[in-house]
Amino acid sequence: MKGIYMDHNATTPVHPEVIEVMLPFFSEHFGNPSSIHWAGREVKKGIETARESVASFLKCDPKEIVFTAGGSESDNLAIKGVCDALKDKGNHIITTSVEHPAVLHTCEYMEKQGFQVTYLPVDMDGMIRLEDLKNAVTDKTILITIMFANNETGTIFPISEIGKIAKERKITFHTDAVQAAGKIPLDVNALNVDLLTISAHKLYGPKGVGVLYVRKGAKMKPMIHGGGQERNRRAGTENVTGIVGMGKACEIAMRDMDAESERLLNLRERLHKGLTRKIEHVKLNGHPSMRLNNTLNVSFEYVEGESLLLNLDMDGVAASSGSACSSGSLEPSHVLTAMGLPHEVAHGSVRFSFGSSNTEADIDKIIEIMPPVVARLRAMSPLYGKSLNPSVERTTAVCQH
Amino acid sequence: MYSEKVMNHFKNPRNVGEIENADGVGEVGNAACGDIMKLTIKVEDNKIADVQFKTFGCGAAIATSSMVTELVKGKSLDEAENISNATVAEALDGLPPVKMHCSNLAADALHAAIENYKKKK
Ligand SMILES: Cc1ncc(COP(=O)(O)O)c(C=O)c1O
Ligand code: FES
Repeated sequence: MKGIYMDHNATTPVHPEVIEVMLPFFSEHFGNPSSIHWAGREVKKGIETARESVASFLKCDPKEIVFTAGGSESDNLAIKGVCDALKDKGNHIITTSVEHPAVLHTCEYMEKQGFQVTYLPVDMDGMIRLEDLKNAVTDKTILITIMFANNETGTIFPISEIGKIAKERKITFHTDAVQAAGKIPLDVNALNVDLLTISAHKLYGPKGVGVLYVRKGAKMKPMIHGGGQERNRRAGTENVTGIVGMGKACEIAMRDMDAESERLLNLRERLHKGLTRKIEHVKLNGHPSMRLNNTLNVSFEYVEGESLLLNLDMDGVAASSGSACSSGSLEPSHVLTAMGLPHEVAHGSVRFSFGSSNTEADIDKIIEIMPPVVARLRAMSPLYGKSLNPSVERTTAVCQH
Repeated sequence: MYSEKVMNHFKNPRNVGEIENADGVGEVGNAACGDIMKLTIKVEDNKIADVQFKTFGCGAAIATSSMVTELVKGKSLDEAENISNATVAEALDGLPPVKMHCSNLAADALHAAIENYKKKK
């Protein structure tokens, strides 16, 4: 059975063209790019070509590109590096309550270091209000870090407008564009950002390599000290194969994005319509229009997400859930709870995130297998129908979520 | 992540449903945190003659519910009271550590149902 992979926001397969450009850099071009001899020079060239590709993907100067070991490191470097550089100017950070853990937990860490953090709330569609942002700014605010698109719901934040506010107040602005990259065009000047994170493995590149764009003149201290690589902003002998692969992945994204984005939107709408037509009580999680073309997060009320995922997996469909039961930590998704979803609805959420391998046939297969699965689980659910007996006392002490 | 036995009970859960005019009803968990289990029993000659469950929860919660119904069917009330969450987890060839609390739910629902039956008498 060929599996249907519907989890592209978690990671993507490496594009064959990307693998092809990486291969020579394992043993043929193996030199250390810092060496002055021929073996180093040809590798250095490979890195600089990749840097140019990423720069044209983000519409910036290649000197503003810092290669890192992934999205999480770029987020850490942006937040810790800017706070370290600007700590004499202020101690206040503004972010949102729905960031990826790489930003959220870094901000929590900064709180322990004496910084103050404002976590902007979101509405039922997962959207922030610019008014809230304006009101949160103080004369101690040194950094605003707000994601471009949410990984769980796909909701897209108004980055350009946020950037304008930051610029007016002369506050450094970082955006985590890991989920936006390859799905919506990026232009660091139009977006008014000072720093921007992307990660290769979300756009058909290899895992363990990312980029932090740092605008010329933006103040940031390094986090990893050592040799002078990446213009003293990130020490360590470069992940050459990863960097070369990332460059190619950006080239391919620029070439294919428009057509692919349109195609994925059609698939997403086909799945959404099909599911809501065939199944009752299906709720969309995320903004109805300001949303990534590839992301569909829906709650199937009265059923729990992990048991849905297990059933989908048995039919070869890979998806993910915001249910506490599927999280390992037994905490429901912080994104869905921040949107005000009741726990039992957050529990029934499933995220389908589309990508290059998906076809209309995949979507139709899912539309076919989902209704009986949901019906079976609902028949088993004490929350469905009128089976809950209010006269029976329920113990709540056993709840460990 | 789950044993074959867990998956077997998850795929083909035994004794799903709700006994009408049950002699004992046990309902544990809470909608706010998301996991709920409801167990209904029929008692004859101090023995559990029939038992059915309904569960809202993960794969482990569904499998432990199903297993607990198999374990207690035909057992005396005393025997049934001695069934603990560890008994249920063992019968399923173990559960992942983070899922042990789901087996609590099953044992608690059983004990609540027996208590409810005794109170009614
Ligand atoms: C929004 C967002 N930021 C950051 C990351 C982390 O990226 P990486 O896995 O490359 O560390 C992810 C990936 O899950 C993400 O979705
Ligand atoms: S019921 Fe939630 S983890 Fe098992």
